[in-house]
Amino acid sequence: MTKRAFACVVVLITAASTPLTAHLSPLTLQDTTRGKAVYVKWCAGCHGDGGAGDGPSAAHMLPRPRNFTGAIYKIRSTASGQLPTDADLMRAIDEGLPGSAMPAWKGRLSDGERRDVAAYIKTFSSFFADTSQHVAALKFSSAPGGGTDPSALKEGRRFYEDSIHCNKCHGDEGRGDGPSAPTLKDDAGFPIYAADLHQNWRFRGGGTVEDIYRRLRTGLDGTPMPSFSDLIEQKFLTDEQLWRLAQYVRSLSPPGAPEVRDVIHAPQIAGTVPVSPDDSVWARVSRYWFPLVGQVIRKARWFAPAVSGVWVQAVYDSKTVALRVSWDDRTQSPDTAWLKLEQRILETVAADDSAPPLQAEPWPDQLAVQFPRHIPDGMERPYFLMGSETDPVYQWRWTSRPRKSVAGLARSIERFDTLPGALAGEASFDHGEWRLVFTRALATPDTANEVQLEPGRAIPMAFFAWDGSSGEHGSRMAVSTWYFLALDRPTPPGVFISPVLAMVVTLGLGLVVVRRAQRRGAARAGV
Amino acid sequence: MRKLGAMAATGTVLALALAAWTHQPPRPEQGGGTISGKVKFAGTKPAMPKIDMTEEPKCKAKYQGVPTEETVVVNPNGTLANVFVYVKSGLPASYTAPAPSGDVTLDQDGCRYHPHVLGILVGQKLAIKNSDGILHNIKAKGVKNRPFNISQPTNMVSERTFTAPEVMVPLECNVHGWMHAWLAVLPHPFSGVSGADGSFTLKGLPPGTYTIEAWHEKYGTQTASVTVAGSETKTADFSFAGK
Repeated sequence: MTKRAFACVVVLITAASTPLTAHLSPLTLQDTTRGKAVYVKWCAGCHGDGGAGDGPSAAHMLPRPRNFTGAIYKIRSTASGQLPTDADLMRAIDEGLPGSAMPAWKGRLSDGERRDVAAYIKTFSSFFADTSQHVAALKFSSAPGGGTDPSALKEGRRFYEDSIHCNKCHGDEGRGDGPSAPTLKDDAGFPIYAADLHQNWRFRGGGTVEDIYRRLRTGLDGTPMPSFSDLIEQKFLTDEQLWRLAQYVRSLSPPGAPEVRDVIHAPQIAGTVPVSPDDSVWARVSRYWFPLVGQVIRKARWFAPAVSGVWVQAVYDSKTVALRVSWDDRTQSPDTAWLKLEQRILETVAADDSAPPLQAEPWPDQLAVQFPRHIPDGMERPYFLMGSETDPVYQWRWTSRPRKSVAGLARSIERFDTLPGALAGEASFDHGEWRLVFTRALATPDTANEVQLEPGRAIPMAFFAWDGSSGEHGSRMAVSTWYFLALDRPTPPGVFISPVLAMVVTLGLGLVVVRRAQRRGAARAGV
Repeated sequence: MRKLGAMAATGTVLALALAAWTHQPPRPEQGGGTISGKVKFAGTKPAMPKIDMTEEPKCKAKYQGVPTEETVVVNPNGTLANVFVYVKSGLPASYTAPAPSGDVTLDQDGCRYHPHVLGILVGQKLAIKNSDGILHNIKAKGVKNRPFNISQPTNMVSERTFTAPEVMVPLECNVHGWMHAWLAVLPHPFSGVSGADGSFTLKGLPPGTYTIEAWHEKYGTQTASVTVAGSETKTADFSFAGK
């Protein structure tokens, strides 16, 4: 048999056996020697050669990569403190851990490679070889129905706030801003954020009601998040009530993970645009989600951005555009209660290979919206990361303290020159959420520097955000790529009439053709 | 007569059982040697940070003044409290610890742990009590023992056991970042914690030469070698210095 033929046979056997192994439960993990090869190639960069979570990339990360030597895992189906099942490990490898640097490996590594590497990971701790360890998934009940009913959510809320006091860490509205939140540490002493419960697509163990219920039952080992299973055993609450809590937590996030679209459509409204972020108009306008990532291109780089994305809405009237940007931020920076956490973050997250840890300072929160100076005719746009010396960008910048909004030209991350043109900004902060509205005239006198916001054009737009209490300022920020703002023209009536006309004509022609064919058929039958 | 004898025997067994049950923590068999001593403190007594309990009025109300952290507790007589003293090595290979009897209680009262430092036998029950009636979570961060982290949002008692000797298993509450306790898991009952007068006593030791370790959460460990024979009492004093 030639080598190639042999390889083909192996592939065929593997393909044939895949559905079979998929049904094996518990998963039989595989060859630790092959697993080591996979580990060294794909995992050690973050998790370290010895599995201690200390690879070369680890120093830039928050949360840090798992340290396998203690065999303590967050996402499990087992009781607090127990080892994970093989299926738990496979889930983390296959699907990754959303909201962290851990990607999904299904599709990148073969089934065999993933099982091999899971087997190898278990060799980092003697607990897995200890036969006295009891590794068994908890028996989970099914979700009771009516989970989105107001009565169910009300009961869940009662446990959240009055009974179990989730709000101590997760905050009154669930954005991770509770009074204990700034003091939290993981088992290794690294700072850890209480989860923002409005972003279930970033939950490490998944964002479904079932996932949330399981986290409440098992806790997240190695973190401050405890298990609530004892409370059911001790009849402090019922299993159904814990489900209600999970359903309430689920209700804080949108029904589906936000879809990223390229274009923000801004409708034209009658009257004048709202200047306040809490105006009722905004409840009727579509909102668009734009994810942000850490600025890792220029020094000092920042790998742990605190703001994961912004929600954006826009409307315009005959003269003015209003842009509402809202984002989750645990603090109204600067906030002295969070200074110690800021210091711990700066000490934990290495910004660059060269930069020493900074001293925590009371930085403000900041947000910037960026446009080119002119709407481009083609796809050519200025450099997305705050322009360049020769092709600057036009920006709106807002800071929380002093509370102000300015417009200006950026020529790099370091250089921003304000322009005298009028820009209004109004912001409110509520339980871990900033809501900011910028308003500006569609047309301005300074056509050389200030983008002219013409309806019907695709206006490039990008976003930047800083959380001062996470030590973010200057180049330590969260950035987006270019998107577009479209001030939609009111649809002329012709748009609705012409398709109808076209349909009538097509139908008429079709009828003629059919009639003719029928006549011809009848004539032939007559012969 | 036989009946009486049987009754007496039953009585004795019951009395013994009762005695065993009430001993807390379990005491080794009577007799044997004793090691006792004091833990002195030299140098400057560090100022302990004040604990801001504004967020927890129920706890705050339990104190006259402002409570402080308990990392270093120097007694009025100049001794150091909360030092865990135990037999680190030297027990004969044939030694088997008595079966654990009774629970060891750790109480959360006034948003502090009582006691702050404690010992427990492998397999013995730790009763974790919430006397505050407010939300605490209790997290055990053992390395040789599996960890746990459970929620106690009300007055309640949870029980946990430990499988492997480990000095120390840190215990903490994450709702109240200042709450720390230290649990020593041992395969034998020869341990003590220096109290309000700085003294400790290890009783019922089989004859032998022991390495005694004194552990303090801030000042680290010190060891002493002590030989005991028969039922004699030996003294082992330790001294920690403020830095």
